[in-house]
Amino acid sequence: MLIALEYTLAFALGMGALSMLLCGARLLIGPSTQDRILALDALWVCTLMLVLLVGIRLGNELYFELAMLIALLGFVSTMALAKFLMRGEIIE
Amino acid sequence: MITAEQLPAWVGVPVIIFLLLGSLLTFIGALGLFRLPHFYQRIHGPAVMVTLGVGCVLIASIFLFSYWQSRPVIHEWLITLFIFMTAPISAMLIMRSAKYRRKK
Repeated sequence: MLIALEYTLAFALGMGALSMLLCGARLLIGPSTQDRILALDALWVCTLMLVLLVGIRLGNELYFELAMLIALLGFVSTMALAKFLMRGEIIE
Repeated sequence: MITAEQLPAWVGVPVIIFLLLGSLLTFIGALGLFRLPHFYQRIHGPAVMVTLGVGCVLIASIFLFSYWQSRPVIHEWLITLFIFMTAPISAMLIMRSAKYRRKK
């Protein structure tokens, strides 16, 4: 069962890397600015999932606090970028 | 590496199923973000990634770590709560800014 869990974790890490690649492609070719912000938000989500998978693989609980931090930073950065897109400035 | 002893099947099978489901749903969301033609269709991809993909991975990790440490683990519930609270807000903000930009 542990071997199967190893293989599943390797597969899930590969899938996460592949989806990061797709989000990066959308970030590069996105025709408008909101597409790029959306792709950046999706990249934060992919990074969060990869950190969770690495935490399961290494059996370490410290990675979940890192995932919490990544979720926090991703939300704040997406909010700031969306507000900048809407108003033209972040802090009024 | 994973340092636990032998994993019983009633823990291992749901964890593996949820991990497979979460990674595949994340990949499907990213594929949707990459391939769909219009912005208002593309915004559905990251929603699938956040709620279903990361949600399934979080359920798997909650189950596994609650078994390994033989106590309920709280961290992952905090992450789940935070993600499920903030994902609709960020999606709504991006949507509003896109709509505002198109109107202008």
